[in-house]
Amino acid sequence: MTEIRFSGFGGQGIIRCGLITGKALAIFDNKHATMTQSFGPEARGSACSSQLVVSDDRVLYPYISTPEILISMSQEAYEKYEPELIEDGILIIDKDLVKTKPPRGNIKTYVVPSTRFAEELGNRIIANLVMLGFFTAITRIVSPEAMKKALPGLVPSRFLDLNIKAFDRGYEYGKKILDEEKKVTKKKVTKTKK
Amino acid sequence: MKKVKADPKGVLTGSHYLDGDYAIAEGALAAGCQFFAGYPITPSTETAERFSERIPTIGGVFIQMEDELASIAALIGAAWGGKKAMTVTSGPGFSLMMENIGLACMLETPLVIANVQRGGPSTGLPTLTGQQDMMQVKWGSHGDYEIIALSPDSPQECFDLTIEAFNLSEMYRVPVFVMTDECVGHMHEKVVIPPAEEIELVERKWYTGPKSKYLPFKPDKDMIPFMVKAGDGYHFHITGLTHDERGYPVINAECQDVCVRHLNDKIRTKADEIIRFEEDKTDDADVVVISYGITSRVTTRAVRKAREAGLKVGTIRLITVWPFPEKRIKELAKKIKAFIVPEINYGQVVIEVERCAAGQAPAIPVSHCGGWVHDPDDIFKAIKEAAQ
Repeated sequence: MTEIRFSGFGGQGIIRCGLITGKALAIFDNKHATMTQSFGPEARGSACSSQLVVSDDRVLYPYISTPEILISMSQEAYEKYEPELIEDGILIIDKDLVKTKPPRGNIKTYVVPSTRFAEELGNRIIANLVMLGFFTAITRIVSPEAMKKALPGLVPSRFLDLNIKAFDRGYEYGKKILDEEKKVTKKKVTKTKK
Repeated sequence: MKKVKADPKGVLTGSHYLDGDYAIAEGALAAGCQFFAGYPITPSTETAERFSERIPTIGGVFIQMEDELASIAALIGAAWGGKKAMTVTSGPGFSLMMENIGLACMLETPLVIANVQRGGPSTGLPTLTGQQDMMQVKWGSHGDYEIIALSPDSPQECFDLTIEAFNLSEMYRVPVFVMTDECVGHMHEKVVIPPAEEIELVERKWYTGPKSKYLPFKPDKDMIPFMVKAGDGYHFHITGLTHDERGYPVINAECQDVCVRHLNDKIRTKADEIIRFEEDKTDDADVVVISYGITSRVTTRAVRKAREAGLKVGTIRLITVWPFPEKRIKELAKKIKAFIVPEINYGQVVIEVERCAAGQAPAIPVSHCGGWVHDPDDIFKAIKEAAQ
């Protein structure tokens, strides 16, 4: 079982991130995926989050308490939710919107300029899709094919191609980061051997 | 009772990722619901939204009413106009509907009401969960009457049980309630909607005799009177006053006796056919946990832990909460140490368990006043204590 929290500010498409990932997992990757969202006085601009519990079996407890994966697309959301991330969890942030504190435990932090990439693609509104692509590459919890299949119905049909482009941009960047990470690890290993 | 296949135009066949609120609307549309009247209230608004988008595409009617009193009144009218009708609400709106829920029972009107429960009393916790209307749904309107209430534990069951709610309401000419809660209502999960030909619906018992002979409240052999469509030329009268088979008021104790017994007995005598629950590992159980809705899922986690710890614990998951599985509780009470009843309220269904157990076994509540689901450990602790 894996607990995931997507967080950011209202208006960034944070709930949509949970919906797309949940749909991809539940409908196309044959997992059980329960998505809940914070229903508070969240409005455009304030901290907002969606939660996903992913499992091979039926999800019994619908809420998350100690997520393994935290995605933060705003400083406020990062500060609010970082403390609950487990000691060897994965933290994924937007490079230009979140300044991290010194790392805690064995948390692995991955950074993507999702909003900047989205702006380069023509619209910052698709930053969440860049983030989802990056998240998919880094965590490998969901297949990229399933994620793309999940998009129709959850993004406006006339912007489907643009959303897929944004997803691919984030996905490729994520793969690049992982490749670089591998090279660094290999070098380290070789050094130790010497 | 005539059964028919669902009309494909309302059935969104396929695998979907829906929240419970949307799944309720899809269940209703699959069941042939053609009329929705309601007033938006968190956390049930998404059901109304879904209806407003979908029902016009299949030739049905969506009306946003001025309030909940009017909403339920419109449903009664639509049902007597020959349509399957439903509304959705939450605590405060549910309270406002109580008077006309009594009228719907008195007029033996088939309709479906979903209550996406939130924390109460009063406006309470609009955005947070509760199971605090479980007694209100049975007792909330004045006078003696019976209703049927179902409790889904997932978006899938919101879909399935809304269809069942329509079928039961048509079968027994009674309001049927889908008592879900904010957690299930706002939770997204996979919902599989089968092809229309696999969905079996109960057709309303239409009267086909001579127009001058129609009696709206004359019980048939199965106790359920026939219906007609208002406007089709039948002359009949319906009133909330105590009435005879013709529907005309008769204000005396004799008619009251026949009328009230009928309203109750048509459900009470059929309780065994109506009641559905899931029972697991009760054969050699010391403790039986009774739960419903979202709490039953959290309970499963606690029960697994208890079994791993070697405790003999069985479960009953109520799918129908009203009528209540009285017989089974009575039987179990004779051979177990205790019932544990976790629910997101300060003790409601536990009172019914206690009544049925009749002193043979204690009914121990695990109360949560609302706003969140139980910590499974709280249920585990109660099981452990009771088993010792």
